[in-house]
Amino acid sequence: MPAIDLDRLAELARIELTAEHTAAFRADLERVLALVDRLQAVDTSGVEPMSHPLDLPQRLREDAVTEADQRDALLALAPAAEHGLYLVPKVIE
Amino acid sequence: MNRTDWETVIGLEIHAQLTTRSKIFSGAFTAFGAEPNRQACAIDVALPGTLPVLNRGAVERAIRLGLAIEAEIAERSVFARKNYFYPDLPKGYQISQYELPVVKNGAITVQVGEGDAAYEKTVRITRAHLEEDAGKSLHEDFHGMTGIDLNRAGTPLLEIVSEPDMRSAEEAVAYARALHALVRWIGVCDGNMQEGSFRIDANVSVRPKGETRLGTRREIKNLNSFRFLQQAIDYEVRWQIETLEEGGTVQQATVLFDPERGETRVMRTKENAHDYRYFPDPDLLPLVIDRAWIEEVRASLPELPQALRRRLVEEHGLTRYDANLLTASKELADYYLAAVAAAGPALAKPCANWILGELAAKLNRSGIEIGESPLRPLQLAALVRRVADGTIAHAGAKKVFEALWAGEGEDVDTIIEARGLKQVSDESALEALVDAAIAAHPKSVEEFRAGKEKALNALVGQVMKASRGAANPQRVTELLRRKLTP
Repeated sequence: MPAIDLDRLAELARIELTAEHTAAFRADLERVLALVDRLQAVDTSGVEPMSHPLDLPQRLREDAVTEADQRDALLALAPAAEHGLYLVPKVIE
Repeated sequence: MNRTDWETVIGLEIHAQLTTRSKIFSGAFTAFGAEPNRQACAIDVALPGTLPVLNRGAVERAIRLGLAIEAEIAERSVFARKNYFYPDLPKGYQISQYELPVVKNGAITVQVGEGDAAYEKTVRITRAHLEEDAGKSLHEDFHGMTGIDLNRAGTPLLEIVSEPDMRSAEEAVAYARALHALVRWIGVCDGNMQEGSFRIDANVSVRPKGETRLGTRREIKNLNSFRFLQQAIDYEVRWQIETLEEGGTVQQATVLFDPERGETRVMRTKENAHDYRYFPDPDLLPLVIDRAWIEEVRASLPELPQALRRRLVEEHGLTRYDANLLTASKELADYYLAAVAAAGPALAKPCANWILGELAAKLNRSGIEIGESPLRPLQLAALVRRVADGTIAHAGAKKVFEALWAGEGEDVDTIIEARGLKQVSDESALEALVDAAIAAHPKSVEEFRAGKEKALNALVGQVMKASRGAANPQRVTELLRRKLTP
């Protein structure tokens, strides 16, 4: 089983882990990976990967505008909004 | 090692915004330029509980492009989540396609260079996949916060990925231009580069000539003009070669081109590159496209540039070079075809010559597109016909052309009449002019009779002048020679 890089995972998920959390998560993830290892052990050569449990094709929608402008109702749900914009903490990549 | 020993390798990833009315997974409007967030519905802003529903129009456009680049249309393709955090991506992932794209293994052949130096180049297209666009972050200061406009979120994109087949900035620009013309030709993208409808990422690397392995590449992101594409690649190639020649190494990185400074700079290196953790989106079932749909789309396609090119060579007798030029855009091709339809197929070649010569030069100088040409195809056809039937000489035709361009008349025959441009081929009228010239210029006559050929040209010139360019110069020369030779 590969070592779990919990710091990297936490960073990718944008969550902060306390020491206590870290121990619990590590135990949980090790159990998950053990399960994955069991799945990996199955010989799947010649089996087409399944991307969805339902054996159905995607239904398509006609190309038509069906959604009315609901900006004000949606903006009202946001913690901060101004000039018709959602406001978020400053991000500069 | 000297500079000529390096080979440049370029692959392009192009995002073409599709011309659907509504978004790829929601029924919100896609028009450009609306007030912020007026076109971002509950699905686009990722309210919990909303689900994506795929737009048939977006899939249809992907099929159109696939057919136009002679690619395989996947019978079954899968949408995947590309995970990363950014505030203009409200779901925390972009719905894209990863392992099973809708279009794969296509190619287009483009013409690179001009005149005798021109050559054809085939660029393979690895894949084209459907995905949604993100919103827009506005970094102006809103009390120390960033503003988010989600109007663009969910706009359908087709990402078209080429093989690293291009060997110079010129080839990359020729390919990008040809693809730009093609997506507009088949109506899947409006090609508006200022509005971001056609965005180019260039993967650039260099390697010593003869080396078969690829060098380390850097990806130049988000180029929104062909000029910037050219400049960015030129700069990047120079930088990479200099770095390697000075003993340095190129690190894989994503770079941005700064048009003001004319240079590229690093946005992020491989070490802190994103880890997108793609996986199939459980909200969307596999996209299945049956043969019948593909054939239906095929039947609705206009004649494609490559087919038209072949027809112009085989049926119209044009050179491949001219055929390539005339099919550089749908508008130009339509103009040419309308002119030939009116002038008749026998006059295809002179129509092409006028369009690619006089007209192209005029348009270029005035900075207008063929679609806005004040000189219309039917007028050009009438002009070409009047040259062909001997009514006007080339000099007269140019005058008619100028008059039509300037809007000093609508009808070719009326202009010819009003300006007295009709070529005088009538024997007696010509004879009168020739006799007058002989009488008026005894010195030239003398010189010609003494064996000075050039003197004849002077006399022809006098007759042409007297006729205000309307005389048929060939007939004038013949007549003069006959009258002056004992």
